[in-house]
Amino acid sequence: MKDDITREERVDNLKGMGCSRKRVEDARFTQGKGNYVDDVKLDGMLFGDFVRSPYAHARITNIDTAAALEVPGVLAVLTAADLEPLGLHWMPTLAGDKQMVLADGKVLFQGQEVAFVVAEDRYAAADGIELVEVEYEELPVVVNPFEALKSDVVLREDLVAEDGSIPDGAHGPRKHHNHIFTWDAGDKEPTEEVIANADVVAEETMYYHRTHPCPLETCGCVASMDKVNGKLTLWGTFQAPHAIRTIVSLISGLEEHNIRVISPDIGGGFGNKVGAYPGYVCSVVASIVTGKPVKWIEDRMDNLMTTAFARDYHMTGKISATKEGKITGLHCHVTADHGGFDACADPTKFPAGFMNICTGSYDIPTAYLEVDGVYTNKAPGGVSYRCSFRVTEAVYFIERMIEVLAIKLNMDAAELRRINFIKKEQFPYTAALGWEYDSGDYHTAWDKALKTVDYDGLRAEQAQRVEDFKAGKTRKLMGIGLSFFTEIVGAGPVKNCDILGLGMFDSCEIRIHPTGSAIARLGTISQGQGHATTFAQILASEIGLPADSITIEEGDTDTAPYGLGTYGSRSTPVAGAATAMAGRKIRAKAQMIAAYLLEVHDNDVEFDVDRFVVKGAPEKFKTMKEIAFAAYNQAIPGIEPGLEAVSYYDPPNMTYPFGAYVCVMDIDVDTGVPEIRRFYALDDCGTRINPMIIEGQVHGGLTEALAVALGQEIAYDDMGNCKTGTLMDFFLPTAWEVPNYETDFTVTPSPHHPIGAKGVGESPHVGGVPCFSNAVQDAFRPFGNTHTNMPHDHWRIWKTANELGLHG
Amino acid sequence: MIPAEFDYYRPKDMAGVLSLLEEHGDDARVMAGGHSLIPMMKLRMADVPHLIDLQDVGGLSDIEVGPDAIKIGALVTQADIIDHAGLTNVAPILREAALQIADPQVRYMGTVGGNVANGDPGNDMPGLMQCLDAAFTVVGADGERTIPAREFYEAAYMTAREDDEVLTGVTIPLPKGGYAYEKQKRKIGDYATAAAAVQITKDGGSCVSASIAMTNLSDTPIYSEAAGAALVGTSLDDAALSAAVAAMLGDIDPTEDNRGPVAFKNHVAGVILRRAIERAWSRA
Ligand SMILES: Cc1cc2nc3c(=O)[nH]c(=O)nc-3n(C[C@H](O)[C@H](O)[C@H](O)COP(=O)(O)OP(=O)(O)OC[C@H]3O[C@@H](n4cnc5c(N)ncnc54)[C@H](O)[C@@H]3O)c2cc1C
Repeated sequence: MKDDITREERVDNLKGMGCSRKRVEDARFTQGKGNYVDDVKLDGMLFGDFVRSPYAHARITNIDTAAALEVPGVLAVLTAADLEPLGLHWMPTLAGDKQMVLADGKVLFQGQEVAFVVAEDRYAAADGIELVEVEYEELPVVVNPFEALKSDVVLREDLVAEDGSIPDGAHGPRKHHNHIFTWDAGDKEPTEEVIANADVVAEETMYYHRTHPCPLETCGCVASMDKVNGKLTLWGTFQAPHAIRTIVSLISGLEEHNIRVISPDIGGGFGNKVGAYPGYVCSVVASIVTGKPVKWIEDRMDNLMTTAFARDYHMTGKISATKEGKITGLHCHVTADHGGFDACADPTKFPAGFMNICTGSYDIPTAYLEVDGVYTNKAPGGVSYRCSFRVTEAVYFIERMIEVLAIKLNMDAAELRRINFIKKEQFPYTAALGWEYDSGDYHTAWDKALKTVDYDGLRAEQAQRVEDFKAGKTRKLMGIGLSFFTEIVGAGPVKNCDILGLGMFDSCEIRIHPTGSAIARLGTISQGQGHATTFAQILASEIGLPADSITIEEGDTDTAPYGLGTYGSRSTPVAGAATAMAGRKIRAKAQMIAAYLLEVHDNDVEFDVDRFVVKGAPEKFKTMKEIAFAAYNQAIPGIEPGLEAVSYYDPPNMTYPFGAYVCVMDIDVDTGVPEIRRFYALDDCGTRINPMIIEGQVHGGLTEALAVALGQEIAYDDMGNCKTGTLMDFFLPTAWEVPNYETDFTVTPSPHHPIGAKGVGESPHVGGVPCFSNAVQDAFRPFGNTHTNMPHDHWRIWKTANELGLHG
Repeated sequence: MIPAEFDYYRPKDMAGVLSLLEEHGDDARVMAGGHSLIPMMKLRMADVPHLIDLQDVGGLSDIEVGPDAIKIGALVTQADIIDHAGLTNVAPILREAALQIADPQVRYMGTVGGNVANGDPGNDMPGLMQCLDAAFTVVGADGERTIPAREFYEAAYMTAREDDEVLTGVTIPLPKGGYAYEKQKRKIGDYATAAAAVQITKDGGSCVSASIAMTNLSDTPIYSEAAGAALVGTSLDDAALSAAVAAMLGDIDPTEDNRGPVAFKNHVAGVILRRAIERAWSRA
């Protein structure tokens, strides 16, 4: 048999890995045909909404629901008293703490859920909320974690024993009634000794402010309890639908097979949609109570003020080096503000996430990290906003410490990085804080980046600018922001990564249809990342069927195999690996079928793009399409009919994407307005599955990095009032504020991942935040600045200039 | 984010509007573009049991450029201002200012009448109108009257317009000389950290007249007569600019908010005014 198309054309037809295939999701998204949770409309569906606390800390002495129940259309008002008999007034958090579903005698943060009004429509629910009368007795408010650790005010009476002693928490001993845990990594004494005896030590205290992932679609769900067959269906904005099913089963007592969780299209997650929220529990209870479907959808203020903040790390660092700039030790202490409940979304054994990646991309022989978690009167959360478990905090920390050290050494910060990078030949590299970096080639990436932006030319221009400024010729300073980051993604190996005891493997199940098309289902769930596009590309290359003939389905726990969901850049490293492995199982069976059809021994055929060929006789082959049909219509001795496979992939290690970023910024010292003139981003995410999607992810991640660095924050006043509850004050950049991004890459495949891919969605955020921040700080370096805290909004930049005496 | 229940009216003429206002008193409010009022209702900060939509009332959407003055109907939108070439020819500051309000979506809905009647110190048009010495025409049960923009604003959301009066239009004497509207904001869609409207005429190298108004730096817009006076007769040298800035700072009274503390706002107000004056002067 002869082929009329070339091998190259056959490769192109697959649209497999490396192809900038257009996103298959976009046809529906760009035409308004997506199906989000708020699009779920069921017969007789009710709406639930919360009465929320106006106070950050108060005792509740009475809740009167009578007037609310008079509102036409209001059917029920749930309070903690109603949930208590079911044991549902509190729920477990992902961090081993528990959280009130509805205020149980007191509130711990402004916006806390106090009562759940269930009504026939949203309007009636909103009117009902106005009429629920709650009597509060205000308590002293603690918003600062350092004060919390000294304060007599007890935030969590439930965590103090009757005799006043402080029982251990989920992560060991607690030092104070407002203390949650101490977690450490590395070698304390040796690190202290190295630092005490070092040539040079730089110290800095920095606050990585509280912010919020703020996806365009807020959180929400629809719970529908079918009392006839005892089955609960729960649609929701869940980044981890299977985990939600298990949690719902554990806390509700419903058997897991009677629960079906569906994540429909999700309009962005960024970590906000990993956790379990009171709205989910209340909707489920309300549906059970009323026998009707109940919908709950957050509004923007609810979302910003109550579900899942990110960051809020007070970090103190010491970094030591030789006179020549070789780093010898790193010490980091974090006071972590977790708010009223510890609802961080981290693997169980890592209450501070992967903060212990804070040695960064550098060969630092000795290091020690200690994190203290603290309760305050702020909203709970602590999610990984477009990053893998506190990696943004870690990378920000080290990329600032490097700059601070460069200042101390009076050295160029790019050069300081270069002489301390882990060298290519050192990989796999075990860092002082325990992680084994799988692969990297930092020097190549760094040199490429600096050369592309003409780093030396930029420094010369900056020096000239400083001269001009001093001579009164300009009022604008120039900052060059550098950042070299190493991410740690793809959580993770079941031996050390689990959430609530669920191992963080992931899965893929493939069914090949007789005519040579396929459906693959995964344990992950796209929130905009384009899984339906890229996972089909992985499979196309693995099984030789065109990506266009492969449907990817996620998010329905009744059909998808169990997985831990999508966050922490884990989909490609874990589910992507499962996809490749399941594809290889398909291929292995296909090989036997091909050999049978070609009447040769199994080992005499080999895979070639979209077919198996007889070795040495390429004109003898069977295409995957033909093989698929044969799997369903031939009785092959010793082989079962059908062509299906499933793989559960437990990754042997994390993957370690890295990148080199440079930002050039002009700063108006009189107004504090920064202007980004140039942003160059080189990413190495290993094997590149879809370059176009990578570029889109980089643009999005950088934009969220810009937001966080330059203004996005969740701020509280001393009374615990949230000052940034709307998009007027919470900075969400538009196209107007965003610069043109230049993207670039190197490719260092992961040695342990089946296709060498590492994940990219979060890298630009992780690397971008310090890059933008460093640019601001660098502009002021010639005038004596070592560090100022983010967010670098106009007034804080102005304040830096003012304090440095630049306003004359 | 769901407003309390309200009745919605859409009268065809002003008589219909006025009789509804008379009937419902304090419980009724007119709505133009709705882009200030509806958010307030959704936040339940404004309680409007009777909402009277002005959109079907005729004769409120015209822009007339006359020999001495410009008349702008209350329902003219910010987008209309931007698109009107004849208006831009005679009063380019209107377009320059309108382009710095919110974003295109808001500007398609937001009206001149709503912006000046609202009384929010963050709105840009009140200061602009004070700079241009505009007058507002309002109509009520007792007929029509005209209120100068410089006397219209009493406190945040408090104006010289009575609750039962409707603003029908704005009259602006044809502006002369150079102009500038300078605004610092945190992002697109944000109200001003500080904004300055400046209109200057000159003769030879000397300033003949200068009109200066500031936005979002007090609980009302601030027309700073003293700041303008500090420029008149000067060649706008550094001393004159400093005197104008100092005079303006004496008139404003900013408060701390998420944009920053008072010291920052004062400083930025000075910088913004200086830039506005310099730009206006270069165009005079
Ligand atoms: C995201 C966003 C950003 C914005 N940014 C800016 C900005 O930067 N600068 C700025 O100036 N504005 C800004 N605005 C406000 C916008 O310009 C509004 O549209 C404007 O303030 C009000 O115009 P409106 O026609 O929408 O009035 P409405 O919202 O309809 O009315 C506002 C108030 O004026 C009263 N009113 C309206 N018309 C009349 C009338 N003819 N007679 C008597 N009373 C009347 C109403 O009763 C109400 O109290 C922003 C709005 C949004 C939503």
